[in-house]
Amino acid sequence: MADTAIPPGTTAHRPGTAAARRPGRPPASASPRRRPRATAGAGRLAALLVSPTLLVLTIVVLYPTLMALDESLYGVKGLDPKTGFISDTEPFVGLKNYTDILTQAGDRFWNAFWNTTCFTVVTVSLETVIGVAMALIMHRAFRGRGLVRASILVPWAIPTAISGLLWKWIFNADGIANVLLGHQVLWTADGFSAKVAVVIADVWKTAPFIGLLVLAGLQVIPREVYEAARLDGASALQQFRRITLPLVKPALLVAVLFRCLDALRMFDLPYILIGAQKGSVETLSMLAQNEASNVRFGPASAYAVLLFLYVFLIALAFVRLLGADIVGDAGGTKKSRSRPAGMLGRRAREVTA
Amino acid sequence: MKTSTARAIQCSAALTAVGLLLTACGSSGGSGGSGGSAQAATATFKGRGPITYVAGKDTTGTVQTVINRWNKAHPKEKVTFIQLPTDADSQRQQMIQNAETKSDAYTVLATDVVWTSEFAAHQWIEPLPADRFPLGKMLKPVVETGQYRGRLYAVPASSNGGLLFYRTDLLKKAGVTGPPSTWAQMTADCAKVEKLPEAKSMSCYAGQFQKYEGLTVNFAEAVNSAGGRIVDADGKPDVDTPQAKKGLDFLVKSFKDGTIPKEAITYQEEDGRQAFQSGKLVFLNNWPYVYSLAQKSAIKGKFAVAPLPGLNGPGASSLGGANLALSSFAKNKATALDFMKFFTSEESSTYFLENASLASPYADLYDNAALDKQFPYLPDLKQSITKAVPRPRVVQYGDVTAAVQNEVYAALTGKKSSGQALKDLQADLQKLTAQ
Repeated sequence: MADTAIPPGTTAHRPGTAAARRPGRPPASASPRRRPRATAGAGRLAALLVSPTLLVLTIVVLYPTLMALDESLYGVKGLDPKTGFISDTEPFVGLKNYTDILTQAGDRFWNAFWNTTCFTVVTVSLETVIGVAMALIMHRAFRGRGLVRASILVPWAIPTAISGLLWKWIFNADGIANVLLGHQVLWTADGFSAKVAVVIADVWKTAPFIGLLVLAGLQVIPREVYEAARLDGASALQQFRRITLPLVKPALLVAVLFRCLDALRMFDLPYILIGAQKGSVETLSMLAQNEASNVRFGPASAYAVLLFLYVFLIALAFVRLLGADIVGDAGGTKKSRSRPAGMLGRRAREVTA
Repeated sequence: MKTSTARAIQCSAALTAVGLLLTACGSSGGSGGSGGSAQAATATFKGRGPITYVAGKDTTGTVQTVINRWNKAHPKEKVTFIQLPTDADSQRQQMIQNAETKSDAYTVLATDVVWTSEFAAHQWIEPLPADRFPLGKMLKPVVETGQYRGRLYAVPASSNGGLLFYRTDLLKKAGVTGPPSTWAQMTADCAKVEKLPEAKSMSCYAGQFQKYEGLTVNFAEAVNSAGGRIVDADGKPDVDTPQAKKGLDFLVKSFKDGTIPKEAITYQEEDGRQAFQSGKLVFLNNWPYVYSLAQKSAIKGKFAVAPLPGLNGPGASSLGGANLALSSFAKNKATALDFMKFFTSEESSTYFLENASLASPYADLYDNAALDKQFPYLPDLKQSITKAVPRPRVVQYGDVTAAVQNEVYAALTGKKSSGQALKDLQADLQKLTAQ
């Protein structure tokens, strides 16, 4: 109880100074009684240090999100038939924008929803396979590796809008794609071929991203593991399935998660490559943009909020189900700290077994 | 950012003071030079000083020259040219953003002819004193694009109309003497041309049929050329008519029988121009800008222009072009009004025509022999513009054009019959203009 008599003000800066001045002192000060106080002080200091970050986050993340939520509850400004002028204020309509999206504009919304989902599933699966293949190639030691690495990364370095224009020329009615096919496909007209065009252009552009992240993952796998596997007589395929894939999984999951989130909010590629209001490639972002460009900010916000929720749910599912470690080990929640360690431990055991 | 805003505030504060003095002088002395209307005008258009002119990227360099001329004569009321992206959608978006934030950064706006109603209804732009501009000397359909509910909101700066480009060499060889004035004539001429050995792989006709604004333009031209209309004089949709169906049927049928090549469903202006220049088309519907470019291509001297053909005689083009409008949130509106007058004057317009081949809103420029020699398409363009019909002048133009594109595209690609498409379009438009 004597310990508790120390005024709280002094404890606030005690732990640091005490440790610095008397390094040799036995850890008696860290008795179970005293610890909560020390942490409370440290906690206050931590709060103080973190507060600028939180403030910035509030301003740039929380506030706009709340604004969008608020905006989505307002309707469209009406036209006064007598004066011919649009009214100054937006009427409060509650959840009507949302119910409209799901009933009146339902067809368009669900079409865009399925387009978005379909693009995400198809492009990300293809990109994962191609990206891993690219990483394996880039990981090999051979002459001209630097050149191959650089050239694989070129598509990722080109801005999406530019690559959209680039592919628009390729998929032109007289473009190189049709010349190679020897058959005229009208890629940029509305239809299934437009979907294919978007998928091809997106995979071309972003498979290198997955390749890059997977390559980083590959490079931290120790060589000895493969040597041991070879000694045990594991085939190349076995090595890939049992060693490479599991050990590269954390990096791969992060890459796939990032790509998923990116693909879900896909906008510029279909917009530039195929065009606005093409039902076969219209995504949720394009719907929101379309509403906003027609000065209907309420419905536009409603679309944006729905898209936000969808993206959020996918990200959450990823983290929960697949254990993608986006925060990183140092972040410190119990789960994210124990998971990768456990995985690696298990893999190591598998490998040595 | 901060410094420029601060400077702007200081400047504008100083200039408002100057402006007040000037307007006071102007109204007491009565030396405005524009008579009685100046009184009314100065009542609302106050302030003199620097302003901005906001338009899409100037690829010809002529805009800055004209602005420099103004700046030299008015050193205290300098105009700064703010260049926006080239495509109309981004220009509109930036202008709307400026208006939504009630910013005074933009003063004089170069607006597309179809934006007037929307901008005016939102009160983003000011009603203008019509008697301060020589509107009587301008072509009537062009002036109408600047009006909303009978009031002038934007002054025509340039105009544009569709023209029929055609291959004179092939028509001559096939024994056709002049350009066609009806669709039937055009397809008959094509049939003759396609019998020539050098025209074997050619298609007959194309316009802009990709799903974008160009499709609305081409559909409106087809409907108007067949005697139909999209909206009536009161702005009520009137598209489910036999005349409109004849117009749409021409396009649908032409796609089906190959008069229009299948790939034209992906054509925008440039795709059509390239197809025409590379000898794939006998007839092309496009804007006058094609003329000077085609003169530099392989078909130099082998083509000419004519007014668009129609169902029973010459057709009606859709109007293009740009107007000048005054932002409601701007400062120094008195200067702005003078600048608009200067920029849209016949003198400036002649300069733009000679140096940037921009079609003029002034009628008598088209009858100028020297200019006609330099631009042989001018007489046809004048006919095209005087007969032109503006696209629907509605507040929700963005939605209207989207609805048109949806239904017409469905008809052209065979997903809907033309009758059904027009019926659905009529219903869509009624909903959109019901408010």
